[in-house]
Amino acid sequence: MNGADSADGRAAGGAHEEGIARERGPEHVHDHSVDRGVDRGVDRGVDRTSGSSGEPPAEPLLDVRDVAVHFPIRRGLVLDRTIGHVFAVDGVSLRIGRGETYGLVGESGCGKSTLGRAILRLEKPTAGQVFFDGRDIAPLKGEELRTMRRRFQMVFQDPMSSLDPRQSVQSLLTEGMKAHGLTRGAAADGKRLRELVDAVGLPAAALRRYPHEFSGGQRQRIGIARALCVEPDLIVADEPVSALDVSVQAQVLNLLERLQAELGLTYLVIAHDLAVVRHVSDRVGVMYLGGLVEEAPSQALYDEPLHPYTRALLSAIPVPDPELEDRRERILLTGDLPSPAAPPPGCRFHTRCPWRQPERCDTERPQLRVVEGTVPGHRVACHYAEEIRSGALRPHRVEPAVAEDVLGPGAVPDQPGSVTEILGR
Amino acid sequence: MTGSKGAPLLQVRDLRVAFRRRGEPETVAVDGVSFDVAAGQVVGLVGESGCGKSVTSMAIMRLLPQRGVHITGSVKLDGEELLTLSDARMRERRGRDLSMVFQDPLSSLNPVIPIGLQITEVLRRHRGMDKEKAREAAVELLDRVGIPDPRRRITAYPHQLSGGMRQRVMIAIALACAPRLLIADEPTTALDVTIQAQILELLKEMVAETGAALIMITHDLGVVAGLCETVNVLYAGRIVERAQRHRLFGTPRHPYTHGLLRSIPRLDAPAGEALEAIPGSVVDNVPWTHACAFAPRCHRSVERCLEVTPAGETTGGRLLRCHNPVPASAE
Ligand SMILES: Nc1ncnc2c1ncn2[C@@H]1O[C@H](COP(=O)(O)OP(=O)(O)OP(=O)(O)O)[C@@H](O)[C@H]1O
Ligand SMILES: Nc1ncnc2c1ncn2[C@@H]1O[C@H](COP(=O)(O)OP(=O)(O)OP(=O)(O)O)[C@@H](O)[C@H]1O
Ligand code: SF4
Ligand code: SF4
Ligand SMILES: [Mg+2]
Ligand SMILES: [Mg+2]
Repeated sequence: MNGADSADGRAAGGAHEEGIARERGPEHVHDHSVDRGVDRGVDRGVDRTSGSSGEPPAEPLLDVRDVAVHFPIRRGLVLDRTIGHVFAVDGVSLRIGRGETYGLVGESGCGKSTLGRAILRLEKPTAGQVFFDGRDIAPLKGEELRTMRRRFQMVFQDPMSSLDPRQSVQSLLTEGMKAHGLTRGAAADGKRLRELVDAVGLPAAALRRYPHEFSGGQRQRIGIARALCVEPDLIVADEPVSALDVSVQAQVLNLLERLQAELGLTYLVIAHDLAVVRHVSDRVGVMYLGGLVEEAPSQALYDEPLHPYTRALLSAIPVPDPELEDRRERILLTGDLPSPAAPPPGCRFHTRCPWRQPERCDTERPQLRVVEGTVPGHRVACHYAEEIRSGALRPHRVEPAVAEDVLGPGAVPDQPGSVTEILGR
Repeated sequence: MTGSKGAPLLQVRDLRVAFRRRGEPETVAVDGVSFDVAAGQVVGLVGESGCGKSVTSMAIMRLLPQRGVHITGSVKLDGEELLTLSDARMRERRGRDLSMVFQDPLSSLNPVIPIGLQITEVLRRHRGMDKEKAREAAVELLDRVGIPDPRRRITAYPHQLSGGMRQRVMIAIALACAPRLLIADEPTTALDVTIQAQILELLKEMVAETGAALIMITHDLGVVAGLCETVNVLYAGRIVERAQRHRLFGTPRHPYTHGLLRSIPRLDAPAGEALEAIPGSVVDNVPWTHACAFAPRCHRSVERCLEVTPAGETTGGRLLRCHNPVPASAE
């Protein structure tokens, strides 16, 4: 077979397989009692303009201090040598107040999920500390750890892969309650379960069903009910809507907002979609290659992004408005995201930054700091934020650099680490 | 819309694609889709997962399997019917006049052949270039699509490139033969937004430069808003609304389009704006045979919607398939 056949023949084969593989899962329930439940999702979202001063809270529920997670890269058949590290999270500090929603955005591989996992102690930080309700969670063991674990729960991106297909919704929820000693006899539990599914907008009949009998949005509701069943304080939602159809995302976002208002929950919402994050969050942190480059009250970040990366990110997001699209100026970044196994020295963004200045940007890593004249709580990690803001520094052309393949083939982590890997998109 | 320019480049009429598996009722993935693409025009096909976007494009490209698939209707390119073309002739047209960029470049590039060779083979086969000339042309193409240091990189294998770079290579291959029509099926869905912006810009430039027409397939309304002159909104295998982009986004009239635009969080929305969710999901759809498939989710549905299939009607350049469309307030 010659190359030409492979070039277009392969294209055909690949696409066709995709067509088949993207088939919608097993038969879905079509039951109007379920629809009715879903109808509750129509309720409009909660107004988020009030509350939150914009400043990081003085007595946070969650206090993350200088957390780093480095994954060793191992190579070798006999001797398992460590040949380097993936600097997935590299020194992140943030605070989340009670009842607040903190949004974490950034592109694929910048370390959002890893940070979320480290906060939940699903990943051991290489350095730094996580305080929950004033207590360092690292030394906790046994009963204490279990009690603490109950108070923070995770909602995953892909509801199907996080729910056991052989367990009915009822048994999924009861399991969580049992594990934390929250069961109080059949009658009380039954009532609690019905309240739970009702809270997430599903009918009581859903309890007897199995995950595959639901649509994606409904499964995400079950994922949320499961997180809620142990009465947590903090919910870390990692890409809660990115696997859902566009027409269904708003249902889940509105549900999360309503539950927060009703139950006083605190959220850390991780997503690559800035429009989603802006909508749900009080404050937003922008990550780039393992570090926070900017943090601000949600509206301020969109009104006046200070970091060159945030500016580029915001300008890159398509808006469903042709008038606006025609007028908009894009800051197009050139080149690839550098590999997190070999982050650039100095400012990590300097290889793609249109405002980069010689010397300092290449050698000194900027820290998050306040820029005078901006709203309280707005911090940015850029040496030249003032000059960029005032227009004294102008953007210049950047020669594209290709991310050198430090890891090489075969060094891919065995667990899917990113949205794109999990979704197989 | 395209009338004045004479016969359109691509004319799709009443395209229907049904999948049949033994012992199962047939699934109609595409259910009577008609649209035109004029030479050099950029047309959008939007809709959510499973609405038939990819199947439509694969049917046009004749890339669907022959067994278990029943295709009817007509697809004409320059007036030539593609659906009944011989396989050999279709392969020729596919290489030269029609090409496609897929969502996942890794699955459509050959993993064991260097990218340069994948381009030169297309050039040699369809443009009859000799080895040397094809090589030079490949370097030029890679340079044009923004691959840094192309001379060195033509020996790279697909897995050695990032997702964005791979998609650039796919675009280079798709454009190698200067096709008259390019179909891009979610070409940026797997990419980060800053890379997506680069690729969209590149596609825009390339179609402007080569004069190729483009069918842009995506679930992202934002992507079509800035790119496509005419936008087709697909729901459950049928086009429910079609209009010029400014009109479609400015005054969406189909309840689905209208609802979708109100349910997605917008970057430029005023703070605290609530989202109006569309209830239910596509599993609630009813068959088009005697009703509007969207009826169970539609806030404007009337009795008729569950009794009579709405027909697609075109007025003033807008196609609408709805018994009770959103009033044309601004029109
Ligand atoms: N268990 C692991 N072992 C080695 N590397 C890992 C592991 N988990 C994640 N990584 C790597 O760490 C980096 C950060 O990954 P992470 O999943 O946190 O990114 P992310 O921001 O969540 O990306 P996405 O938006 O794609 O989900 C990536 O380069 C990833 O490949
Ligand atoms: N080979 C096949 N056999 C059976 N059904 C199929 C096949 N390919 C696609 N389908 C079905 O046809 C319908 C339309 O699928 P299609 O791939 O066109 O959707 P799409 O709009 O491209 O969605 P997505 O955004 O997820 O790519 C789906 O219901 C799908 O399950
Ligand atoms: S510190 Fe320098 S390289 Fe980094 S964002 Fe600021 S200007 Fe750009
Ligand atoms: S035909 Fe009826 S149900 Fe369908 S979109 Fe129009 S109003 Fe809604
Ligand atoms: Mg992630
Ligand atoms: Mg598709």
